[in-house]
Amino acid sequence: MSAYEISLLSVIGINVILAVSLNMISGFCGQISLGHGAFYGAGAYAAALAMIGTGNILLALISAIVVGSLLGIVVGFASLRVRSDFLAVTTIGVNFLFTGFVRKQGWLGGEMGISGIPGSGLGADGNMVMILLFAAATIALSLYIGRSWMGFAFRAVGEDEDTAATLGINAAAYKLAAFGIGTALAGLAGGLYTFFTQFITADAFDFILSVMLMAMVVIGGIGSTWGVVVAAIGLTLLPEAIRFVNDYRLLVFGGLLVLVIRLAPGGFAALARAVATRMSRA
Amino acid sequence: MYYIDLAVTGVSFGCMYAMMAVGLTLVYGLLRILHVAHAAVFALGAYVTVVVANATGSVDAGFLAAIFITPLFGMAIYRMLYEPLLSYRPDVPMIASVGLLVLMQDAFRIVFGEQGVTFRNNTYGFTTFDVFGVTVNAVQIAIVVSAVIIFLGLHLFTTQTRIGVGWRATVSQPKIAASFGIDSIKVRYLNFAIGSALAAVAGGLVALLNNFVDPVIGYVVSYKALAIIVLGGLGSVRGTLIASLVLGLVESYGTIFIGRWLDRDAIAFLALIALLMIRPQGFVGTRAT
Repeated sequence: MSAYEISLLSVIGINVILAVSLNMISGFCGQISLGHGAFYGAGAYAAALAMIGTGNILLALISAIVVGSLLGIVVGFASLRVRSDFLAVTTIGVNFLFTGFVRKQGWLGGEMGISGIPGSGLGADGNMVMILLFAAATIALSLYIGRSWMGFAFRAVGEDEDTAATLGINAAAYKLAAFGIGTALAGLAGGLYTFFTQFITADAFDFILSVMLMAMVVIGGIGSTWGVVVAAIGLTLLPEAIRFVNDYRLLVFGGLLVLVIRLAPGGFAALARAVATRMSRA
Repeated sequence: MYYIDLAVTGVSFGCMYAMMAVGLTLVYGLLRILHVAHAAVFALGAYVTVVVANATGSVDAGFLAAIFITPLFGMAIYRMLYEPLLSYRPDVPMIASVGLLVLMQDAFRIVFGEQGVTFRNNTYGFTTFDVFGVTVNAVQIAIVVSAVIIFLGLHLFTTQTRIGVGWRATVSQPKIAASFGIDSIKVRYLNFAIGSALAAVAGGLVALLNNFVDPVIGYVVSYKALAIIVLGGLGSVRGTLIASLVLGLVESYGTIFIGRWLDRDAIAFLALIALLMIRPQGFVGTRAT
């Protein structure tokens, strides 16, 4: 494999982890988060500091996961106070606060970011294999949660919190769980990203990235693990495959997001299901 | 004198935020939608102003064109994006709105270029007055004066004319207003038209002040305006005006006190999150979740 293919597969793997983990929060549990980039970034910075301090990959990944999910649980508490679009606004705020804070911190490299982070020692292809394994594990976890009681409770809370409460589902606990799990995975993705680039700046985790991730989730079909995986892969490959799309990336992503919400709110997963039903009937 | 300079900056920014945020708060009051793409209207206003001003050589013509073109764009957003999504959960139109903003920003970049557009002949932007030792830019004065004129006009319009009274009635009690024969659909178009024109004026003035329009001109302002309308109590015009001025001043002074550990633009979000956590319904009024 060429270096280009290795780096492309690594980016795809990271985006799959991010989109699938966002889908757990926003798709399964219905808590719209437009600040996923902040948790991803928190994980990346934690891993970078841990790598510089200890040089131990395992420790770096664990600190990425812990820092990501700690921040996620704090933001999860916000979801107990505000709902729906106001939660979305709060998470946008969290994303801006994160980048605004990091840019001013000398110990986090400020505007210049952190460079010269020690590598994982696995080489580019070893890194890629590690990222893809974690991506596969994330998909498996998402599928498992989707079928479990927890997934049922998430969906119940997402559909109608008050009705879920009458069924004896502790909405607050499940919302925190969704945020905790989803953001832990985002932190993990951040740690993997740190190994992949060995150089991080706040700009890599800004609000636009969060919008892109939400676009992947909505276009793939909010709540559908496979739909989101396909969208994450497709939307990462699209700018690479078509030169035109690479120049107009935000135009295409924004346009697709608006079109899908306007014309097919269930995303491609719902379209695929509709086509499959029609085929089986014919 | 330094502190007075900061006050001048703060008040002029506050007035700009107010012109931008009033459109948002009115849309929220009427439709319960967080109209994030209002920032695209603001940016469009800025671009139309600079492009027409450069083409005709008259800044006034630029503003006039912006005031006529942006309401059409605002009404089109309502008709094509929000109206079909009214029956969905409120976060659905909001995400669509974010998508539209991202799309429009990229469209501005593609059409007008990454580097941005400058005024060929911007006499206002470089005219400064010395008021008791404080340097004030002509555009800063223009921002404050237009805000005062606009809000006085809006006040007269909504209290003295039949259309204005119908508009206010629809915002506060849509069903009762409809039973009195007020066409709520027309009110919505009126709402988007006026809100968009105000945003366009704000955009044009910011363009003059910076002597420059680039694709991300509306980017941070849009989310700040969200912070302002929440701070102002959602749907309340008076609350929005106060919140705008407060944010303008807090940002202006905040940069010297907390600028060392936080970005200027992040201050609004810190205030927003704190407020949402302490009083989710805003400072005044109540909010249905």
